[in-house]
Formats: sequence, C-alpha cells, structure tokens
Amino acid sequence: MADEQKPGGSGAPLPAGGEAAKQPPKPSPPKPAAPPPKPPATMAATPWESDLPRELKERFGGQIVETSTYLGQNFIVAKPEAAVPILEYLKLEADFDYLVDITAVDWPKRPERFDLVYIVYSFSRNERVRIKTYIPDGYKPETAVGVHLTANWLEREAFDMFGIEFAGHPDLRRILMPEDWQGYPLRKDYSIIQQDQRWVQENLGIESGQ
Amino acid sequence: MKAASDASMPDTTFLDSTELVLNMGPQHPSTHGVLRVILKLDGEKIMGTDCVIGYLHRGVEKIAENRTWAQFNPYVDRMDYVASVSNGLGYCLVVEKLLNVEAPPRAQVVRVILTELNRIASHLVWLGTHALDIGAITPVFYCFREREEALNIFEKYCGARLTTHAFRIGGLQYETYDGFEQDVKAFCDMFPAKVDEYEELLTGNRIWKGRLTNVGVLTADECKEYGVTGPLLRAAGVKWDLRKAQPYSGYEKYDFEIPTRQNGDTFDRYMVRIAEMRQAVRIIRQAVENIPEGPIMGKVGKVIKPPVGEAYVSIEAPKGELGYYAVSDGSTQPYRVRVRPPSFVNLQALDRMVRGLLVADICAVIGTLDIVLGEVDR
Repeated sequence: MADEQKPGGSGAPLPAGGEAAKQPPKPSPPKPAAPPPKPPATMAATPWESDLPRELKERFGGQIVETSTYLGQNFIVAKPEAAVPILEYLKLEADFDYLVDITAVDWPKRPERFDLVYIVYSFSRNERVRIKTYIPDGYKPETAVGVHLTANWLEREAFDMFGIEFAGHPDLRRILMPEDWQGYPLRKDYSIIQQDQRWVQENLGIESGQ
Repeated sequence: MKAASDASMPDTTFLDSTELVLNMGPQHPSTHGVLRVILKLDGEKIMGTDCVIGYLHRGVEKIAENRTWAQFNPYVDRMDYVASVSNGLGYCLVVEKLLNVEAPPRAQVVRVILTELNRIASHLVWLGTHALDIGAITPVFYCFREREEALNIFEKYCGARLTTHAFRIGGLQYETYDGFEQDVKAFCDMFPAKVDEYEELLTGNRIWKGRLTNVGVLTADECKEYGVTGPLLRAAGVKWDLRKAQPYSGYEKYDFEIPTRQNGDTFDRYMVRIAEMRQAVRIIRQAVENIPEGPIMGKVGKVIKPPVGEAYVSIEAPKGELGYYAVSDGSTQPYRVRVRPPSFVNLQALDRMVRGLLVADICAVIGTLDIVLGEVDR
C-alpha cells in the first residue's frame, strides 16, 4: 500500500515512501487503474517571498538552507546549529514570542535521520513559522530552554519518544514513558506492539503487556 | 543553559527547617485523573513541584502511523474526552488542509454548532469539578444537569455522547436529525439563565472569592513564555483567540467577543470561562438561525491519500490551542501525526503558579488549569 511511491532511498530533503518498520500490511485491495508510479515525490513547496526570509538570510547567510511556503504555511530549513540562534533572533527582533511546539519526524533511510521541527507564533504579527532542521541519529542539538521556557517539556517529550538528546537541557528525563524504559517508541523501527519486556515483567509482574 | 524558572524560588521561611516532600496523586480526586505531583514543602508553603505524568499514555501518535487517515479519526476523541468534538474538528481540518479541500458550507455551520456546544459541555465539567475541589458541592449537580442537555443533542445527532466521532474528513457523515434546530434553539433559550444561576452561587460568594483571588497568578508575559493559551492567557489580559486570529470553519462570519480579564488569577479565569459560555451560546444562536442547504460532504475520495507534504493546523479548543502537525508521504497512512495538546503545555506552568502558595491552594490551581490527563499523556 504505502510503498508504491518509494523513491529508493534517495537523499532528497523529504523522501517519500513507507518504512521497513511498518506492520505487515493489511490485505491491500488490488490497485485500481492508477497512473504508473510517479518519480520520487517531494513536497510541492514554493519559495517564501517576504521581508522576514530576506532579513533572516542576511543575518544567518548559508545557515539557512531554504525558506518556503507550502499550503500557505511558511517554513525555514536551517542547519542544526542555527536553530536556537534563529529562535532567539525571531523572538527578539521579529516578535515571535510564543513557541508553539517542538517535535520530530523519523526518516530512518536518510543520513540525517530526524526532522527536528520548531513552530513559533507571533501575537503581534499573527504569523506562524516552522523551523526545520535535519539531524543525524546521535546528534545533540542545543536546547531552546534558554529562549523559551516552553521548550523544557517539549524537548523532554522529543527525547522520550525519539531519543534526541538536547545539549544543555536542565532536566532531560523521560516524561511520558517510565524513566527506566528502554527504547524510543516513535522511532519508525520501533514496532507498534513492541515493548520493554524486562520492564513489563519486573514492574507489572506479567509476561507481556499485550 | 540555566533555566530561568529556578530564579523564582521563594525564600525559605524557617532558618533550620528541613524540606518536606509530599506526594500527591496519582489517585487523588483533585488531580482530575491520574496526575502525580511531588510537592516540596516548607511548612505549608509550596517551594517547588515536580509533575509525574504518562499514566494514561496510550501512544496515540504511534497508533496514527499504523492506521489509515480516516481510521485514525476516532482515536483523537480519546485524548481530551470531555471535548472530543473539538479534537475531531482539528484532525479533520489538518487532513483537509493536506488534501487542499474544504468542507461545504452546511457542514461548516453544523461543525460550529456542535463544537461550541462541546465547548459549553467542557467548561461545565470544569466548573463543576473546580467548585467541588474548592468545597462548593452544589454547582457540580447544576453543571452536569445542563451538560446532559448538550450531550443529548450529540447522542441524537451521532449516537455517542462522549467520544462522538462527529465529523469526517471532508465534512460530515450524518445529516442533522429532524428537530435538531429546535433542540439547539431550546438549549440556547434555556442555558443563559442557568449560567446566571451558577454565577449567583459563586461569583459573589465570599468563600469562593477568598479561595480564588490572587491565587495562581500567571501574567501575560509568563503565559507567552510558557506557551500557555486559552482561557488562562485571556484571563491575563491578552485578547487572543484562534477563532478570531486565524479563523477556521467560517468563524469569521459570527459576531462574538473575546472575553478578557486583567489579573490572571484563578478568579479571573473563572470569570473568563463563564463569559465564554455566554459567547458560545451567542455563536450557536447565529449559526442555527441560518444553516445553509446543500451537501454535507466535500470532494474527498473514498481512499484518502494526501499528497506528499506537511501541515500544521490548530484550533481554539476549550483548553487552548490544539494543534495537529501532520506529515504525509503520499500513502494512505499518516507518516506522522503530532498533537500539540493544550493541557500538556499548560500543565508545565503549574510549577510557576503554585510556588509560594499553601498546600490547600494547589487543588484550586490544578482545577483552574482545566487539564484533562487523557490529553496530557495521549
């Protein structure tokens, strides 16, 4: 089902395609007369024309990889080390004073395995911007807690679910899963029925939680 | 980098007292679910808190990646289960955004009616339980009596009362039933007088005021710093509501106000939510007066396959900004759905709100946060 458009492990910024870790697919209905598989699909984003991306490019130069718009939503792709300086710049110079969310997306076939996504909003401009960075597994991005206090729990959740360690975070512990749980549930190679057997047996006194 | 929150630690009152650590929850009636708070006390004064959450973690975001776009729709109802209609609306909107379709006008109006009814139902649960935490036993019966009326409309409409799954991607599954408009109008006629009743019980009540005024203050700047949204932000004087700031589902067509207060304390948040219930009635009245004729389902194929891309869509849920960040790889299943839950983010501010207060106040503050643990833990 999901694997029809797999681009074959291309290093494109946003490779399409399903994952090896996907569950045994449900019996998929025979495909109706569909067009032949398309070439690797990428997000049909268009350049973001405004003052803000120009200012950012002036300030950060080559650290900004891309400034685009998709479905009317603006986003910036930046080098990982530039994410927190950009957040700080946006907060202090452009009034983006509300950090909405920090999250990640796992692309295990890509060398930079994770998308780390920051969403910021400005009350005065009524504008939302996403900042995306691509980071390899094991890379320790700088924490954003020094810029926005919200980042504390949001980064803890990203750590808990993806195993992304934020350097300099004041209190980097698991937040939703038990503290001594092994594995990072939202990684694509973590199956939906997988669990930490040892933890379940020791703490719940049963063989399996499923 | 040092967290700025450490700077707000109040001075100790006793020179040689030892810090007392008190556990609250996870099974505690005032935590509104399974929230565990570890309190660090100096006498009766709260010096710091540590929230332990995750007891209700079901891995909703993981489930999304193993279901089709449409199959995941009912799961979102189980996050904020007292405002399931809002959850469903947000999810439908994000998938519609990825598909670049819009629900037809009739569907949008019915969505607004049900969402606002749900906002009232959610605020009523909050008001009843919050008052119960403070020690006022009567309001909870009053609130649940009126909430029942709203739930009856949901039940008649889609068969479910709590986890409604009322909306579908692209519009609605069900036409409104015969007598829907009369039921909604009857609710609108009945409800404002009931809000007066609650206010009569509480607003001028000396004990109520004494327990809430200047408790759990969060200023506008602190709200922004902690990403706190919804009634908490509005009670701090920020006139910001996503229904006005970035209207969705045709909210720009309705005439309503954003209630705000200035002090940002627990009492102001109570006043804001009461006013919001009245505004919700106002919106429902306008919507139900002119429900347009026409189809209720937009141009969405039987198999939902959004093109490769990503979108973030957020709505003003009863508790604050509820956002969905969805990534599609062009297949029938979501590649990733991230939920930005208002309860989770708002709960983070608990520590700031209770420092320096007395132990008895923490029930008031947890109540005023209006968290639903199903949404905090997902």
